[in-house]
Amino acid sequence: MSEYVSNVSSGASVGKVEKKIFTIEAGFEVACGRRLAPIDIAYETYGELNSEKNNAVLVLHALTGDSHCAGYYSGEDAKPGWWDIMIGPRKPIDTEKYFVICSNVLGGCMGSTGPTSEDSETGKAYGTNFPVLTIGDMVRAQRRLVDFLGVDRLLCAIGGSVGGMQVLEWSVRYPDRVFSAVPLATTAKHSAQAIAFNEVARQAIMADPNWNGGDYYDGRRPAQGLSVARMVGHITYLSDESMRHKFDRRLQDRCDLSFNFEADFQVESYLRYQGNKFVERFDANSFLYLTKAADYFNLENSWGDGSLMAVFSRAKARYLVVSFTSDWLYPTYQSKQMVQAMKKNGLDVSFCEIEAPWGHDAFLLPNERLDRLMGGFLDRMQAEYAEEAGNAL
Amino acid sequence: MRFDLQVIASWVDPGARVLDLGCSSGTLLAVLREEKNIIGTGIDADESKVGQAIAKGLSVIHGDIYEEVRDYPDSMFDYVILSQTLQQVMDPSMLIREMLRIGRRCIVSFPNFSYWKHRIQFLVRGRAPVSRELPYEWHNTPNIRVIPIADFKRFCRELNVPVLKEVAIGNHHHEERGKIVSFMPNLLASYGIFLLGQPE
Repeated sequence: MSEYVSNVSSGASVGKVEKKIFTIEAGFEVACGRRLAPIDIAYETYGELNSEKNNAVLVLHALTGDSHCAGYYSGEDAKPGWWDIMIGPRKPIDTEKYFVICSNVLGGCMGSTGPTSEDSETGKAYGTNFPVLTIGDMVRAQRRLVDFLGVDRLLCAIGGSVGGMQVLEWSVRYPDRVFSAVPLATTAKHSAQAIAFNEVARQAIMADPNWNGGDYYDGRRPAQGLSVARMVGHITYLSDESMRHKFDRRLQDRCDLSFNFEADFQVESYLRYQGNKFVERFDANSFLYLTKAADYFNLENSWGDGSLMAVFSRAKARYLVVSFTSDWLYPTYQSKQMVQAMKKNGLDVSFCEIEAPWGHDAFLLPNERLDRLMGGFLDRMQAEYAEEAGNAL
Repeated sequence: MRFDLQVIASWVDPGARVLDLGCSSGTLLAVLREEKNIIGTGIDADESKVGQAIAKGLSVIHGDIYEEVRDYPDSMFDYVILSQTLQQVMDPSMLIREMLRIGRRCIVSFPNFSYWKHRIQFLVRGRAPVSRELPYEWHNTPNIRVIPIADFKRFCRELNVPVLKEVAIGNHHHEERGKIVSFMPNLLASYGIFLLGQPE
């Protein structure tokens, strides 16, 4: 979820990429009943769609990510896309084999329609007039993009965290359009603890006087509130062990405690830095909407009348579920519950709990185990998809 | 291929649905998929083995076999295999009943504790047997059960589980060429492999 962690990318890059916009002029009605039109979806694609159209991999980003998951926009970019370590030529999501699609979620602020977009009725930014969205709404918009790109059935939908929620939603909302699915470090529903952290983050934004009820686009932005919101988020992405390893109680640029309220400790300085950096790239209202969508996400209620087993009776995908030992935001037991429900429905599911000390963020960090799981799973899926298509002829 | 796995593979029908409990890195599943075109699933508790198996393109679940078998619907598989793992199982009768609930048949293999070499070590030296087949000392062994072939067969009778096929082998199970022991297997065989059917 800290998408722009400084990963050093190894191996080949997809190179220069371009963000494109797909517009649905007529828009659609979102879950709360409001109609949203037109809708822009920012997206990027890498690799080539083959003639059988059976090599499309949809990558779904986490809470504050964007469509830029690999490559560079220009030679001056300091960093590649947020999952460049995973996506590229001869990388686990191999762009020489697969046609990779990644879009910014509806409600986001990286090119897709969201609270920063202009409301055609008022000529001003939506702000908090934007409808509260669900993960289902985001997935419906993505489906339209996938239609537009000429892909009938995705070879695989892959995503971590809130991206994993979208993977799960895809596989039960559109069972015939997803051959396989890889939900990483995710959950079928937010726990009270996860909602609680999101609520603290939202309160931090709304307590900032500059937030002004969400109407701040003509004036000063609620930078302080958004920064604190990001700090809260960051804590949940790490772990006790990773914080001890990274910071312990080390002091920041000083030999003694200051006895004032400056950032004495490295961990304080780190959080302030992450908060300030985030403010430059993210919109506060968008953060409110996206965290709300994550909190509302409840696969059991949406698709199974409260039963996870009923949810997966709809699904047809082959799954690879991955959790991380130190992830306390979406702990392993939540992944295991999904795996259990998938098994009870006789679905083909693989599961691995990867030993990693880095907390929830582990899915975005370099991890040889994850690379191999992903590469091996996708190879098998490609073979099985081709075989199934062959049998159908 | 290891001789014990060759025997197991020879018992599995082509195209069958197979669950391998304690599948390690998926050697048997990979062979069965290659040679018998089976639809396979494995369960193992070791993260690195599971990682290797999934990376090979196998469908494997990381977890505890007792917990994981419970989730499958009845008769989900044609064969449920427990290869070289029974000696580490806490509740064998529960596990075998579960295996026969979720599978039409089950295949169980284990090192024969009453193999003559083990008997001699205990009888002559008065010490817990350590051998090629049971390479551990009493304090570091993962094996919590000692299973003579004769006792396993009695156990199956008590559970009313029919033994449909049995093969005793006289060489180390890792070797590729094997020797089938038909005379006094409880004494002369180092491994037993059994095909079990539904309880009567």
